[in-house]
Amino acid sequence: MNIRKFGSIVFFTHILLGTLLVLNNALALDITIEQGVENPIPVAIVPFGWSQTSLAPIDLSEIVAGDLERSARFEAMDFKDLPQRPAEYKDVNFRDWRLLGMENLVIGQLVLTEAGEYEVEFRLIDVYKEKQIAGFRLPSTKAQLRTTAHEISDIIYEKLIGVRGAFATRIAYITVNQKRDGSKIFSLQIADADGHNPQILLESPEPLMSPSWSPDGKRLAYVSFEGKNSNIFVQDIKTGKRDNVAANKGINSAPAWSPDGSSLAMTLSKDGNTEIYIMHLESRTLRRITNNQAIDTEPNWSKDGKKLAFTSDRGGSPQIYEVAVRGGGKPKRLTFNGPYHARPRYSSDGNSMIMVTGQGGIYRIAILDLRNGFSDILTKARLDESPSFAPNDHMIIYTTTGARGTTLAAVSADGQVHQRLALQDGEVREPAWGPFLPRR
Amino acid sequence: MNTKSMIVLIFTAFLFACESTPEKADDAVAVEDQGTNLSDATDDASSEAQTYGTEDDETSGISSLDDPQGPLSVRIIYFEYDSSDIQFEYRETVEAHAAYLVANPNTIMTLEGHADERGSREYNLALGERRAQTVKRQMTLLGASPDQIRTVSYGEERPAIDDHDDYSWSQNRRVEILY
Repeated sequence: MNIRKFGSIVFFTHILLGTLLVLNNALALDITIEQGVENPIPVAIVPFGWSQTSLAPIDLSEIVAGDLERSARFEAMDFKDLPQRPAEYKDVNFRDWRLLGMENLVIGQLVLTEAGEYEVEFRLIDVYKEKQIAGFRLPSTKAQLRTTAHEISDIIYEKLIGVRGAFATRIAYITVNQKRDGSKIFSLQIADADGHNPQILLESPEPLMSPSWSPDGKRLAYVSFEGKNSNIFVQDIKTGKRDNVAANKGINSAPAWSPDGSSLAMTLSKDGNTEIYIMHLESRTLRRITNNQAIDTEPNWSKDGKKLAFTSDRGGSPQIYEVAVRGGGKPKRLTFNGPYHARPRYSSDGNSMIMVTGQGGIYRIAILDLRNGFSDILTKARLDESPSFAPNDHMIIYTTTGARGTTLAAVSADGQVHQRLALQDGEVREPAWGPFLPRR
Repeated sequence: MNTKSMIVLIFTAFLFACESTPEKADDAVAVEDQGTNLSDATDDASSEAQTYGTEDDETSGISSLDDPQGPLSVRIIYFEYDSSDIQFEYRETVEAHAAYLVANPNTIMTLEGHADERGSREYNLALGERRAQTVKRQMTLLGASPDQIRTVSYGEERPAIDDHDDYSWSQNRRVEILY
């Protein structure tokens, strides 16, 4: 399917990306929009100019258009309908665009510098006001050009929606493939947020679980059963070097990074019962947070680093509790409305929390407004789990199991946008949305 | 004699390592002839343990691990949803394995706890652990040494059946007894 051919159909538009892209033997995720917003913002993205006569190394405008379309909040103009293809501001004929009712225009060019590096210049233009909303020149390299395109998408998203886009981010996830002899291969992978550039970080015949990004996006903590028991590892993404940070008797699981990157909250049962501890990574010292005969697990840090939310069945059924990291005290119960709430994740702005909610044998993703205590169920399937916020809090990626197997899906925090992210073959689960790259 | 009182009697018999009950149950399970067939149990059985096998009784005594009909042949204990309570029907299984550990103090057993896929994965890992710990606690109450029993939880990561329906889930909520 041609990614440029979107027209006005946003609902049930299928965008297949990188279906055949194979890197490191990893298959790319196909992202499909299953539902979009009712009134997407129209935007025209003119193919970027290129300073050389040879073929451009990358089609930046296609990547930007794909990002914006996939968010389902924008409707990119079909390239064939563009009335003109200006690369510079002075060449824009505002009347042509106004006649088509096109409000937002993106133009730009890719320049090969004398030093052999790349520079991308782009402008976002308000057609009606005949005014530039944003203009940037971004230095890049051949290897970084896709990321640069995503950074452009992030800026456009921010200028038109008001919140920084999360296109130039990565996701981690676990895949499971069955071999011919029936045995399974588990792998920990990362990919760009658009599913491109998948890379295998670890493969194992034993289960892998619970990937968690370090706040700087350079390391992943995860659980591996390669030693015939759950153990926690921390792996450097670039070098592949890793440390087995928790290998006690019993459970070693649910690693969660503190916002300052110094510590991991985790679940251990070494003292006889599943409890939450905080490990200072450099000194490897442990501090116990919970002390209860019930199950206490799935810790997650509030973004200010002051609180931990976790799942506990101390009240008879799994519910979400919150406890102060310093000083402890009695954990406060946050969920009451329903028999099953688990796996909390705070939003970056601290205003809400996502979790799994179960009732009558149906498990879905819910969002709790921490300011007023109201909650909403965001998803529609029967077996949804493992929700993870995008760093801008706008989207939530999660695992869904149904007739089409176990795949990833994403839903916007307002419940309007629904996407599906699937592999052509095999199971994919436990997505973890990585942090923003540092701003430049 | 009904099954319930029978089991209580067996339970008592194992708990106190005393003589077995003289009654015979209609649904008694066959045990191997320990006099002629040297099983794992008799190979390294202590003198105390051998008294179990000397009684002419088909419902008690230390069974062979290899006996497909014996109580030790049951190696999986199934659980209800979000529960780690041992169902009544598995009492006999737990008792038989505990008695085997008592009779074979050098034997190490692994209890592998599992959960069905519903709900969150890390909670299910803890649930599998609690199931394995519950079985371990029962066995140690029956005299087995805690050092003889290793526990490990796989949560929902190693389902017995990969499908997504009630039957599969019932088969996946389990503790596997591994020697």
